[in-house]
Amino acid sequence: MKNKTYPFYYIIVGLLSLGLCILAGIFAGFQYIIPDFIKEILPFTALRPLHTLFALSWIFMASIGGIFWYMQKYEHYRENSSPIMKWQFWIFTLTGAAIAFCYVFRKFEGKEYLEFPHFFYIPILTGWILFGIYYFRSMSASFTKWPVYYWMWGTGILLMIFHFTEAHLWILPYFREDYVQNLTMQWKAGGAYVGAWNMLVYGTSMYVMEKTSGNVRSSYSFIAFSLFFLGLVNVMFNWGHHLYPVPNAEWIRYFAYLVSMTEWIILLRIIYLWKKSLPKEKKKKYSISYKMMMLSDLWIFLNIFLALLISIPAINFFTHGTHITVAHSMGTIIGINTTILLSSVAYLLEGVQAFPEKAEKQLRRGIRVFHISFVGFWVVLIFMGIERSRWIYFSENRLFGTFQDSMRFVYILFTLLGIGIFAGLSFLIFKLIRHIILILKSDGYSEE
Amino acid sequence: MRKLYSFVFMGLMLVYAIFNTIIYTAKSEYGNVKLSHEAVRGETLWLKNNCNACHQLYGLGGYLGSDLTNVYSASGKSEEVLKTFMISGVKSMPKFNFSPGEQDAILQFLKEVDQTGYYPDRNARFRYDGWVEFSQKIINNEK
Repeated sequence: MKNKTYPFYYIIVGLLSLGLCILAGIFAGFQYIIPDFIKEILPFTALRPLHTLFALSWIFMASIGGIFWYMQKYEHYRENSSPIMKWQFWIFTLTGAAIAFCYVFRKFEGKEYLEFPHFFYIPILTGWILFGIYYFRSMSASFTKWPVYYWMWGTGILLMIFHFTEAHLWILPYFREDYVQNLTMQWKAGGAYVGAWNMLVYGTSMYVMEKTSGNVRSSYSFIAFSLFFLGLVNVMFNWGHHLYPVPNAEWIRYFAYLVSMTEWIILLRIIYLWKKSLPKEKKKKYSISYKMMMLSDLWIFLNIFLALLISIPAINFFTHGTHITVAHSMGTIIGINTTILLSSVAYLLEGVQAFPEKAEKQLRRGIRVFHISFVGFWVVLIFMGIERSRWIYFSENRLFGTFQDSMRFVYILFTLLGIGIFAGLSFLIFKLIRHIILILKSDGYSEE
Repeated sequence: MRKLYSFVFMGLMLVYAIFNTIIYTAKSEYGNVKLSHEAVRGETLWLKNNCNACHQLYGLGGYLGSDLTNVYSASGKSEEVLKTFMISGVKSMPKFNFSPGEQDAILQFLKEVDQTGYYPDRNARFRYDGWVEFSQKIINNEK
């Protein structure tokens, strides 16, 4: 029996997480301007992990929900009546909620981005393992016929399990006592962890591109598999640029420098070819999905440029430890991952039930507000990074507090643009969830 | 083609397994500073209070606060000044209630992190191929 409702539940939780992510980011932004702002209730030490927790929840839930839906459309999908999908959904949703409570009440134990108490490792790992079991049980029989995105999803799941575990190895005394190795391991795991979820997101992007263009051959092409293997090499070895100033062995960092970020170039090429091949009627049918995918195209281009610059150690020297790194990660998570996932959500929904004309116009307006604000936000982040770098390397004994005070107006602009992103995205979130509810209430979706 | 892809995939996994084994076991590649028991206790407190949300070590962490890699050896930052900062609650920093023993543990952690290297390294040398040679810290920064 195919499960038609749970993929939508994943997407609803994902969309709500996206809204909460931006909201936590705005509150954090206010603390740059008004240091005492809700400091006693939700200090920056709680807001920052909440912001990243919800960002990751959005990426995981939207990509997993999409993958569950797309898998069931596959002609060789093996019917899977087990309750794994439901278990997986509830484990991730309840664990995410419990972690958010821990952050609000300031119960931290882990390293950056995984600050939750260690015991949450068990349910999260269980969730990924269950997803893996469901995926491979349903799909493995047709392994020899897999297009590239099934390889990407399968590999992404395996790498998530491995790197999520690796990210917790530092707890062992063997690693704990060696601070430099500990830090190296943390960023090796963290970098690869991002690469693993990128496998899920880029696989989704390739799936949507294939289905909307009707060009099935592109996902079986040599270039598509080259992209996959280059992506895999980058996941495994291209994490050293996080660690150029950390005093580990030079070969570890130099090796990463050589590997660099070649995967972006091929992805851009594939999207470019897809855009050329997409027939007009398909563009019209999947208009919101198409618009979001085109935005991801722009952000891939901007991030290639930035990523290539900051992977050069002589430039990284000045950008490391500044907001330019944040511009890169925001450009990736919001500019690329979020636009791809919103495109995927819109594709999925437009495929089931087209948006009414009025709703489509409103969605376009939301996209415009979001995107104009995000471009400004990204530019301001770059400017903040340049100013911070100037302060680190070219100012003589200027106190950190004095530097922060001098940036006050930039921080105000940064927060206002964050509010613009929130306004645009929350409008999209509201409209998309409303459309999902309409679908769930319609025939064939209400029985489960 | 499928066989070729499977072969490449397995080959990459094998190379990765070897690479990971080196990263996990080659202890000599990470300098010779080992955290003392007291410093590990200090790091635990650092994590339990999520100091990394605002402060960086080696430029890694949040940017609302300053980088603390070499704060221990910074001029004008005595141990007493650093301990006072920990409980000051100045600006957006929460007012932490660290006991004197906990303040000592965090200070020991920062002291031993300081001994591992320099950040930011203003004496780093740039090479023609874009590489940067960072300064090695040889003498411990005892106060």
